[in-house]
Amino acid sequence: MSFLHRHKGLTPYLLLLPGIVWLMLFFVAPLGFLGYQSLQTGTFDTGYTFDWAFSNYWDAISDYHEQFVRSFVYAGIATILALLVSYPLVYWIAFRAGRWKNVCLILIVAPLFVTYLVRTLAWLNILADEGPVVGFLRDIHVLGPDGRLLATSVAVVAGITYNFLPFMALPVYVSLEQIDARLLEAAEDLYASKRQAFLRVTLPLSAPGIVAGTLLTFIPAAGDFINAQLLGTPNQYMVGNVIQSKFLDVLDYPSAAALSFILMALILVGLLGYARAVGTERLTG
Amino acid sequence: MRWVKRHLLPAYAVLAFCYLLLPIAVVIAFSFNAPSGRFNYVWEGFTLDNWVNWDAPPGIQSAVVKSLEIGMLSTILATALGTLLALAIVRHQFRGRGATNMLIFLPMSTPEIVLGASLLTLFLNRQVVTGFGTIFIAHVMFIVSYVVVTVKARLIDFDRHLEEAAMDLGANEWVTFRKVTLPLLAPAILSAALLGFALSIDDFVITYFVSGPTQTFPLFVWGAARVAVPPQVNVVASAIFLVAVLIMIGNVIWGLRGRRAREESMPPAVPLPEQLHQPEAA
Repeated sequence: MSFLHRHKGLTPYLLLLPGIVWLMLFFVAPLGFLGYQSLQTGTFDTGYTFDWAFSNYWDAISDYHEQFVRSFVYAGIATILALLVSYPLVYWIAFRAGRWKNVCLILIVAPLFVTYLVRTLAWLNILADEGPVVGFLRDIHVLGPDGRLLATSVAVVAGITYNFLPFMALPVYVSLEQIDARLLEAAEDLYASKRQAFLRVTLPLSAPGIVAGTLLTFIPAAGDFINAQLLGTPNQYMVGNVIQSKFLDVLDYPSAAALSFILMALILVGLLGYARAVGTERLTG
Repeated sequence: MRWVKRHLLPAYAVLAFCYLLLPIAVVIAFSFNAPSGRFNYVWEGFTLDNWVNWDAPPGIQSAVVKSLEIGMLSTILATALGTLLALAIVRHQFRGRGATNMLIFLPMSTPEIVLGASLLTLFLNRQVVTGFGTIFIAHVMFIVSYVVVTVKARLIDFDRHLEEAAMDLGANEWVTFRKVTLPLLAPAILSAALLGFALSIDDFVITYFVSGPTQTFPLFVWGAARVAVPPQVNVVASAIFLVAVLIMIGNVIWGLRGRRAREESMPPAVPLPEQLHQPEAA
């Protein structure tokens, strides 16, 4: 203790040390190894040699650009759907639910308490070919008599939307909840219609929540491979599926590492662009 | 028309809740199903057998135990590391603060598959045998950031006058920390730990990469999904769900009680006229 008293400036560094060391060893260093691996050539049997093989990156892009595009399109659609589905819901909770607010919030996060894989598998039951949803859609001729939902992009996007919806809903709720009701009264006093008050007061004030929710939904969605694997077919595979199979089935580490790096780089570039558009303060809190 | 307008939003909310809860209902319902074959896709009859013999499928029990062990151990360490980080960031000025914030923020904004893949490359290159230990390492790594965010939020609102009062009354820094700061932070630390535990027992992607031969519950489900998922998987998932919901409800009731106790200890407030007939908030 007396040591700390004499070296007060050291306290923050001592507090930081264990956590930072852990993150350096098991977050930063692995990324370094991933980069190193991505520039190697060779096979699992013959071993790998490091020779600045940037061609791994070009090969990865030319071989798998389809999966990259699909990942970002699926994740983008799922993010927009999650916003559209959750905004009216959390709006209602924030302004109208009254004493039921807490119960409603528990219901929103409830899906997160069911193991991720199990709740994705539940969609297999719901969307099954003999199930009620497909039957109904066939009856109203949205689907043909042999039409199905499983093994289509619709099922994969629906699964992703469902799985990450709470990550959109919660930050939007928090930003709506913090809105000072007096601002809305002021807008009304100044003869704003309900619609104008919403578009010019509520919506802009909930923007930070939308920004945070978009990131929390889009990033995991772009890297997801479970929904495509369980609800889709190889025709719906995303870049996550490719990385996963290259790492764990095919054992083509350099190519898998290059793909991971490209995915991360694309997301970081997107993040930076997004941060520029909306301001960094809102991103890192 | 007005009636429709007024009820549109509540009706939508009900529908949205149905959508959110439907898969949960399906999971719970199918834990009581008695499938005749290996596939648990179609409803065939009610039974309690799956709940009674939840550990019948080989490997499920040890997988659940592994999940709980890893969840607890990694939560304890991650909560400790994260709380220290949060204290340093909120309470102290130091060089490299921005970089530290970035280092904590980045793991949360990196796709899980990249975290898993990079850890696997590290372990492969350093010839670390993957298994229980590597899962533990990975879980601590990705939980820490969430702990920091949770505890940080509470620390920022912290009323430092209480600590000053303790110091004025002759407590030294350590005693103040132990007797004032830590008890006041305890709810935030507890919720951080609960969040960390929930993240740990639910994690599939990162664990899949660094697990080696070790099987956690999500890995068991993944393996089963390649053949046929036994209804016992639904039993375990339902049980985890029920425990989590009970904890949440307990938390809410606890919070309400605390608020009521505080209100009761205060003199009765005279309601202002406009509060008496409060119009529905716009």
